[in-house]
Order: sequence, then C-alpha cells, then structure tokens
Amino acid sequence: MVGFVKSVRGGDGNDSPKLAPDVPPAAKRPQSVSAETSRYLFAVVRSRYTAYHASSASDGSRDVSEMDSSDSPGTTVAFATTHSSWSRRDFIKGVIASGVSVSGMSYFGAGCTTPLPAQTGGVERLLSLTVNGQVRRVDVLPGETLAMTLRYKLGLTGTKLGCDRGECGACTVLIDDVNYYSCSTLTHRVRDREITTVEGLESPDGTLHPVQQAFVDELGPQCGFCTSGQVMSAVALLRANPNPTRQEAREAMAGNLCRCGAYDHYLNGVMRAVSEA
Amino acid sequence: MMKDMMSGFELYQPADVDDAIQLIDRYGNRGWKLAGGYDSLDWFKNRGKGPEAVIDLEGLDALKGIRETTDGVEIGALTTLTEVERSPLLRDRYGLLADAARRVASPQIRNAGTLGGNLSQDTRCWYYRYGVDCYRAGGNTCYAAAPEAMNREHALFGASRCVAVTPSDTAPALVALDAEMVVRNARGERVIPAADFFMEPSVDIQRMTVLDPDDLLTAIRLPASWAGADFYFEKVADRKSWDFALVSVAAAFRTSGAQIDEASIVCGAVQCIPRRLHDVEVLISGRTRNEETAALAGAEAIRGAEPLDYNHFKIPLMENLVKRAVRG
Ligand SMILES: Cc1cc2nc3c(=O)[nH]c(=O)nc-3n(C[C@H](O)[C@H](O)[C@H](O)COP(=O)(O)OP(=O)(O)OC[C@H]3O[C@@H](n4cnc5c(N)ncnc54)[C@H](O)[C@@H]3O)c2cc1C
Ligand code: SF4
Ligand code: FES
Ligand code: FES
Repeated sequence: MVGFVKSVRGGDGNDSPKLAPDVPPAAKRPQSVSAETSRYLFAVVRSRYTAYHASSASDGSRDVSEMDSSDSPGTTVAFATTHSSWSRRDFIKGVIASGVSVSGMSYFGAGCTTPLPAQTGGVERLLSLTVNGQVRRVDVLPGETLAMTLRYKLGLTGTKLGCDRGECGACTVLIDDVNYYSCSTLTHRVRDREITTVEGLESPDGTLHPVQQAFVDELGPQCGFCTSGQVMSAVALLRANPNPTRQEAREAMAGNLCRCGAYDHYLNGVMRAVSEA
Repeated sequence: MMKDMMSGFELYQPADVDDAIQLIDRYGNRGWKLAGGYDSLDWFKNRGKGPEAVIDLEGLDALKGIRETTDGVEIGALTTLTEVERSPLLRDRYGLLADAARRVASPQIRNAGTLGGNLSQDTRCWYYRYGVDCYRAGGNTCYAAAPEAMNREHALFGASRCVAVTPSDTAPALVALDAEMVVRNARGERVIPAADFFMEPSVDIQRMTVLDPDDLLTAIRLPASWAGADFYFEKVADRKSWDFALVSVAAAFRTSGAQIDEASIVCGAVQCIPRRLHDVEVLISGRTRNEETAALAGAEAIRGAEPLDYNHFKIPLMENLVKRAVRG
C-alpha cells in the first residue's frame, strides 16, 4: 500500500494526468504521457530493472526511456514503451481481431518482483467508463480493479476498500444494476457497462435515495465504513425485487460484513425502504 | 503477507472460443484463464502467481447459459453461480446443484463466480495460499501435517503427502449427479466424467483437476438419469456466508415407496477430491429409508477416517450429515 499512496500523492503535486478523468487520447501523447504516467505508477523501480530493460532494448524491439526519480535519489525509473516483437503483434492482429487485448505493466509500483513485460502494440489502455450516468475517460492498467479506478482515478471515494479480497463487501457497486465487489472486478471488464456507486444514488437536488434515508432513520451506520456497500446491496435487491420478504432481504445482504454488528439496523432499513417506496 | 499489487501481465479479452483456445495454447503455463476471478485475483494480489498473460474468458458468450439436450442439461462453464442457483430448469430437475451453488461464498461472489471456475479452483489450504514451499507448491514438506500445524480444515481421507481438501461446494453435487465435463484444447475436445475430473495428490500433487494448462473447460453436462430424484444438500461452515465448507454432503436417491433403489452420496471438504461414498451406497440400496438405515450409513461413511491434530470434529460432523441425508 505504501507504494500506492506514494504514487498517488507523490512528489511534485503534478498528479493531474493520472487523476483527471479527461486525459487526452493516447495517440496524441504517445511517449511523454506514458513516461509521465509511469513515473506515478512505478514510484520506485530498483535499478536492476533498468538493467533488464536496457538489455532488452539492445535487440531493437523495445524503446527504453529513463529518468531520475525525483523523490528517491539513487534509484532510477525505467520504462519500456509501446513496441513489442513482430510475432506477437502479428498474432494479435490476426487472431484477436474480434476481441480486445490490453498490455501489461506492473500494478502501481514499488515492490514489483517480476520483470515488467513489454507493452504490445496498437492496444488502447484508455477507455471510457459510464459511471453514475457520466462517461469518463480513464487510463487503466490491465490488472487494475474497479475499486482502484473509482477511488484513485475518478475520485469516487464513497466506495470503500476493506479487505481487497472479496471478503467484506465494503467495495460493493452496481454494474448494470447487479451488485459486485469492485475490489475483485477488473476495470477492463466493465468498459461497456453502467456502473453505479453510492455517489450516484441521490437526486440532483440532494434528496437521498429511499434506501439511504431509511438507513439513516434506522441508525444503520455506526462507524459507517460498511455503509456505502450495504446501501448498494440493498439498492440492487430492490431493483431486482421491489417487494422482498425479510428473509430474502437478509440473504441478499449476506455479502456485506459490518464490524460494528449493525446488521439488524440495516435489515430494518431495507424493510423500511420497501414499505416507504 | 497482505499485499495489494499484482505483477504486470498482458490482458486478452477474446470474444470467440477459438481465439481463446489459440491464446491458451500459445501461452501454456505462462498464461492464466480468468473467469469470475475469485480464486485468481487472490493469487495475483498475494503475488502467489504471476502469469505473463491473462486470458479473460468473460467475453465468451458461447460458454454461458443453461440448455436442455436430448439427454439432460448442458451448462456453459462460464455460467455464473447466481444463474445456476436461480435457473428454473435446474431447480426443477437438478435441485441438488442449485442448492449447492446457493451455498457458495456470498451473493456478490456468486454474481461473478462461474461454475467452471468453482470446479477448477485451487485448494484453500492456508499454508499453501500463504505462499510457502510445501509439496503442492513444489517443495518437500507439508506444513499442514507438521506436528505443530493448525489443520482444523484439512482432510480425513486420501492424504498423500498433501492433506488439503476440495474447496468447491458445487463439485460434490456434480459428482453425485454423475455429471460430465466437456474440455477443449487446440487438439480437440474430450468428455470427462466428474468422478475422474478431480485430481488426487497421490497422482499429481500440484494440481486439483485433470485440466492441463492449455485446456479450457467449456461445459458441464448433467445426464437425465438423476433428473428429478430425491436430493439432499447440506453444508456446514463456520459462518453461513462466505466460509468454505468444513464438511458438506450432496446426495441423490431413487426410491420405490420407502425403499431405496439407488443412491449417490458424496462428501465435500473431507478429502482432496469430492469423496463418493460407494460403500454406503451399496450398503443402503434395497433398504428402507429410515433411522436405522441412516445410522448404518453414517457409521460406514466415516470408516477409515484418519484425523489430523485439529480436525477430529469432522468425523462426527460427517457421520451426522450422511445420516441426515439418508434419513431424508
Ligand atoms: C471470500 C471467498 C469465499 C469463498 N467461499 C466459497 C465457498 O464457500 N464455496 C465455494 O465453493 N467457493 C467459494 N469461493 C470460491 C468462489 O466460489 C469462486 O467461484 C471460485 O473460486 C472460482 O470461480 P471463478 O469463476 O471466480 O474463477 P477464477 O478465479 O476466475 O478461476 C479459478 C481457476 O479456475 C480456472 N478456470 C476458470 N474457468 C475455467 C475454464 N472454463 N476452463 C479452465 N480453467 C478455468 C482459472 O484459470 C483459475 O485457475 C470463495 C471465494 C472467496 C474469494
Ligand atoms: S496440505 Fe497440501 S497444500 Fe497444504 S501445506 Fe500440506 S502439501 Fe501444501
Ligand atoms: S474490499 Fe471488496 S470485498 Fe472487501
Ligand atoms: S457500521 Fe461500522 S462496519 Fe458497519
């Protein structure tokens, strides 16, 4: 987590390319933005990776750019850009015409233990996500989860990360009205889907969603950490089944842990939302 | 050990099964098939596995859905556990599988987790998942059977260096239903009975199923023979949500009046593969389905159990679950 925090808040305050939703298309900024992005993504890469990439550059198949890491004297950031071997590129053109492939770099940064694979050519890492009714452009790594994209690239921090392992439910969001754990969903999977987070529930005038209001009325939130996830699961339930029994609601909420133990409050909230809807 | 960063990989999202097969073939054991991701992402985040390429199967619509065939039902491997749980066709004729799917993990995991992934998932032995170099990971010791080991969740039967158990709730149901697995690779297709699909550590300690790295599980077939039988599924876990089974039982019965004509009984989480109780089935067929037969079945079920230091409790648990299944 340290490396990640560093990469988001790191250094010179110029983190807008990574955080801004409306980054320009990749084609217009092939080298500089890649390198700049990489600086945020790979806060510190030990110098042995420099050696790795430098040697791989000698076969002419990869470009290597290097720069000093501003916040970590004595280490070097290495970055392999968009060229890959012809065979792989041909393969992609020939075989995957009907699908999509995204090339891999490391996840956010420090502590990386495997050499970074080279990027394959011609693939778009920039994608458009429909979040709370808005289309937002964002640069997404292959191994990036939706929770990471929402929180750290789109600034939607209402979605919480508890366990990052599918074991708590704090990260629950709706994808086409069905509830999923965003910590365990690759962002590249939801390119053509409608994502709803807790920020997208209230009406434009600030009126809370009936589930949110009912949770307030029933004192659901104690510490509040699990609340947005609980809200999303309840909304998913009511969209699929507007008239659930208490038992059905209990089962539907079974994927959301509450360390404060306010389960009955939340369940009362769901039933209140049902009766007041 | 809690880590959050996955190593870099290439991500492919083929939309066509042939493309997926080519990719899987090309990358072999350097590639990774991704279905719901609830086994896979754990490995990636913990840096337990670092594939060069991830082949996302989610776009393979041809491998989704449940359809009737001339001899039963075929379920695409990419069908989600939620669909399996809710399918009217399965609930009507193969309620055993729907009930088992319903007890997997949590609603959100079932919304994404697939039947194929649930069957192909790796064991949850927590020493192994922690990343130690045990036998299963290619090393030369089993941490879960060491004198000081915590092995409450581990096996009662079939230990062979490794004492890990099958984690899947749907696997015992499919073995009980005499399902068949349809597997494809670049060289063709083959059909494997569910009973032969799961791998014992005595045969190959490093994998949980017969699937090779270049194999794609495409479908699961349920033969008509057990359609609409009397079913019983029960899973005992620490919590009702999320937790893996401590012991589970999946059973199917054909009866004439109170007499058992044929039975199929399988236990989960007591061995590395779903444990089919052939001896019990033979013993109770022809008998009346009552308390006495149930007691007989329970006693037979646990014969030969070899508990570890902390899993003795699984013996009466298994006995009681089998009793309850037979009692009906
Ligand atoms: C917190 C938690 C609790 C859980 N509790 C339970 C539980 O109680 N009971 C239970 O049964 N499970 C449980 N699981 C596992 C869960 O049910 C997943 O469904 C299962 O791990 C894998 O399914 P998946 O579709 O997510 O597969 P993935 O993680 O995508 O894949 C799992 C493995 O199967 C391989 N694979 C997937 N599809 C195919 C295919 N078509 N052909 C060949 N190989 C394939 C993958 O390469 C990978 O090795 C739990 C998981 C978590 C994270
Ligand atoms: S039980 Fe199997 S997986 Fe667990 S530590 Fe022993 S050898 Fe490894
Ligand atoms: S953060 Fe996703 S389930 Fe805990
Ligand atoms: S309100 Fe504190 S975790 Fe649920």
